Amino acid sequence: MSKIVLEVKNIEKYYGNKSNLTKAIKNISFNVSEGEFVGIMGASGSGKTTLLNCISTIDRVTCGQIIINGQEVTKLKGNKLNKFRREELGFIFQDFNLLDTLTAYENIALALTIQKVKPKEIITRVNEVAEKLEISDILNKYPYQISGGQKQRVAAARAIITNPKMILADEPTGSLDSKSARQLLETFEKLNQNLGATILMVTHDAFTASYADRIIFIKDGKIFNELNKGNDTRKQFFEKIIEVQTLLGGDLNNVI
Amino acid sequence: MLFKLSIKNMKKSIKDYAIYFLTLVLGVAIFYMFNSLDSQQAMLKVSSSTRDLIELMIQVLGMISVFIAIILGLLIVYANNFLINRRKKEFGIYMTLGMGKRQISKIILFETILVGILSLAVGLFIGVFASQFMSIFVAKLFEADMTEFKFVFSNEAAIKTCIYFAVMYIIVMIFNTFTISRYKLINLLTKAKKNEKIRIKNLGLCILVFLIAVAMLVFAYYKVTIDSDSILTEEKMLQIIIIGTIATILIFWSVSGFILRLIQLNKKIYLKDTNMFVLRQLHNKINTTVISMSVICLMLFMTISVLSSSLALKNNMETGLLEMTPVDINLYKTANLPDTYEDWYTGETKKYNEEKVEDSRKPVSFTLENNGFDMNNLKDVIEFPTYAIEGINWKYSLGDYYEEAKKEFPNLAYHFEEQIMKISDYNKVAGLYGIQQYELNDDEYIVLCNFDSMVDLRNEGLKVKKTMEIAGKEYHVKYDTCQEGFVFMSSSHTNTGIILVPDNTNLKEEWKEQYVLVANYNANTEEEKARIDAIFQGTDTNNNQLIQNLDSKEIELDGMTKTLIIESSKGVAAVVVFIAIYLGIIFLIASSAILALKQLTESSDNKQRYNVLRKIGCDEKMINKALFRQIAIFFMLPLILAIIHSIFGIQFAMKLMAVMAKPEELLPSIIVTTIVIGIVYGLYFMATYLGSKNIIKDEN
Repeated sequence: MSKIVLEVKNIEKYYGNKSNLTKAIKNISFNVSEGEFVGIMGASGSGKTTLLNCISTIDRVTCGQIIINGQEVTKLKGNKLNKFRREELGFIFQDFNLLDTLTAYENIALALTIQKVKPKEIITRVNEVAEKLEISDILNKYPYQISGGQKQRVAAARAIITNPKMILADEPTGSLDSKSARQLLETFEKLNQNLGATILMVTHDAFTASYADRIIFIKDGKIFNELNKGNDTRKQFFEKIIEVQTLLGGDLNNVI
Repeated sequence: MLFKLSIKNMKKSIKDYAIYFLTLVLGVAIFYMFNSLDSQQAMLKVSSSTRDLIELMIQVLGMISVFIAIILGLLIVYANNFLINRRKKEFGIYMTLGMGKRQISKIILFETILVGILSLAVGLFIGVFASQFMSIFVAKLFEADMTEFKFVFSNEAAIKTCIYFAVMYIIVMIFNTFTISRYKLINLLTKAKKNEKIRIKNLGLCILVFLIAVAMLVFAYYKVTIDSDSILTEEKMLQIIIIGTIATILIFWSVSGFILRLIQLNKKIYLKDTNMFVLRQLHNKINTTVISMSVICLMLFMTISVLSSSLALKNNMETGLLEMTPVDINLYKTANLPDTYEDWYTGETKKYNEEKVEDSRKPVSFTLENNGFDMNNLKDVIEFPTYAIEGINWKYSLGDYYEEAKKEFPNLAYHFEEQIMKISDYNKVAGLYGIQQYELNDDEYIVLCNFDSMVDLRNEGLKVKKTMEIAGKEYHVKYDTCQEGFVFMSSSHTNTGIILVPDNTNLKEEWKEQYVLVANYNANTEEEKARIDAIFQGTDTNNNQLIQNLDSKEIELDGMTKTLIIESSKGVAAVVVFIAIYLGIIFLIASSAILALKQLTESSDNKQRYNVLRKIGCDEKMINKALFRQIAIFFMLPLILAIIHSIFGIQFAMKLMAVMAKPEELLPSIIVTTIVIGIVYGLYFMATYLGSKNIIKDEN
């Protein structure tokens, strides 16, 4: 058994006040090991984005613990929290969140400059990561000059260049056409398999999810099911996912 | 209900309103200050001539105030428009809730009235207090004594301010209603998707353009300082102004690219913290603001130049004047009056008073002694006649150039007879004045002139007309150009021409045109000088015999005293300074406000970008630092260029106004200018930084 990178212990997240309380997350616990590619699935409103926000330290949990790489992030505050986010986590967003005024190269380098890495090192590391993600030839282009898939790969490069303990991806294929989406997911697979990156990906798309090793299904703020890819082919895994998804929507069907 | 909504809106968006409010308050306060002068001058003890000047100044300020009101009005409409645009979404929500455009207009109407009343009240309050300091300043400017310090409130100015600003607010309201009526709901709710494409300029081109612009500026700077004599005509000056303006625009077009490339070369700086982001941000934004940056820079340039050079002009007037007024008094009267004259009004032929005719055949000293003036009051007395010869007039002196000159200056009095003087007389005067003396051979003459446009004209004439005939004898001009020199004192170079001829020239008695006397007062102290001065000005009631006698005999003795020239010039300088400050401060407010609003307008784009920074792990401290730098650079760029422009511009202005200023003499005015600009610019900078910080704040 490899090392556990993420440990989520009985977390809950409430919104609102006493008279009108919304429980977005109700007692969720799970672990992610080093080098694992985990998908989180659920319908909109199921609490999956809240969960990701809590893990990524953007939001705070109401109770419970989140431990990343042995550090209890739920207890971090202020600058330490920022520093932790900067150094231990990498983010990939649905809408890329690239700075439109910077070139691809600069977008990637920015993640390092704010960590005060030495300029020489920045240059070598950016070139290195660009080669791995096959974006070396577009490094000097601006975001508006490159395709959505390329943008997302630049974003991925920015996320991994800091050597984070874990990459958090929020609907990474959400803004991409199917071809670009497939390319990106293959990149993720490569990152995961060749470089041993730990990836936690939130999605509602079964195809995207089928690239993961393990999928956690969330419904109404609780873990509904968990699927392991095991030795299945991706097609088999995809069919299993669709089955669970049908189950997820089961309640609704019963009503009708 | 709507009213309540308005109040709540204002409370909520108080930070957005900060710049708008600041502009209004400053506008009101300054408007009141400069219009309340008439009630402030009441407490000043000044001479009647100075009081006249202050009256004149108040009138001029009144007229300028209309112009100022227009500038402020435009500024307010611009600022208001910015606020309305910021709140599009809010109005969109009101409309989806079923509120009509008319009701929305009403909400804005309430808000405008509220802000208007509040800003008027605060502005007047500040204005009333600031104007108390202003009276001290006015007193110092006119070198008047403050008889007593009273707290002054000018009803008139307050009412005038209220009326002017009320009109501005009404215009704003009309403008708002118009803007609202054109809104479409869909555009209000969905933020207009901005074209993703960002025009990024070719960096190589930027560098080229930047270098060209710098070269143009260097050329312009060279022209206005070292080579300034070559551009003294209006056309040439206009050319330099145009070159300077184009260069300024090109600089702003290319400066960000130039800096970017320069810093990119140094990876250590470029790849540090958020430097890269700030520079790119600047490069991107400056693209869309080239023209406004240039306008702001030029406005600042004007403000700095006007403020410091006008104060310097005032400080230096005295030094310059001393050169122009080397003695205490000049007296002159017409010689050889005929017995009769034609009344210009009725056309009748009248006889001159006999005593007057008699007097006109005697020198000035005779007139003085004959009318009860003690000549012991004067020392260094030099007396001489000047001559005028029929036929030797300006037309004659220009020779063949006359036809051409007439085309260029058709209204010049070409029939004016030349003023002719004997060389020895002139040399005596020049000796006393401490200016250049000349020598002549028996058949030579010299033309003296220091009035600029006349110098040009005469020099053209001297190229073709080199001889002159007096009493049948021919004379040749000694120098091919006009020579420096003057006899009659004035506050500036106004000698239109004196011809010096050898002493042995056959100048007939009847050609005498004027008797002139130049002298110093025989006095050691300022009080004594003032006493003698009063005799000539007729202001001394104990000793006004001279003036009374002259008046009764209708003898016209003209004169100019040093005190008179200095006093009136100082007053004029003070008026110029005052108006310059008024305009300068308003320009400063206008440019700072535009710059501030430009910054805030771009804030929605920035918000997204700063959010990205936040997401990739920048802490608030880093983000605020980046924001601060970005805004600081934006504010500093036009200011720096304006300061560089001013360094050369002020020198040229000094030269143009014939003020020889040493750097240390300019210092006080530069310090005052720096303080004024620092306060106004600083206020807007802070307001912009805080406003932007508020806008990019994370909502989570």
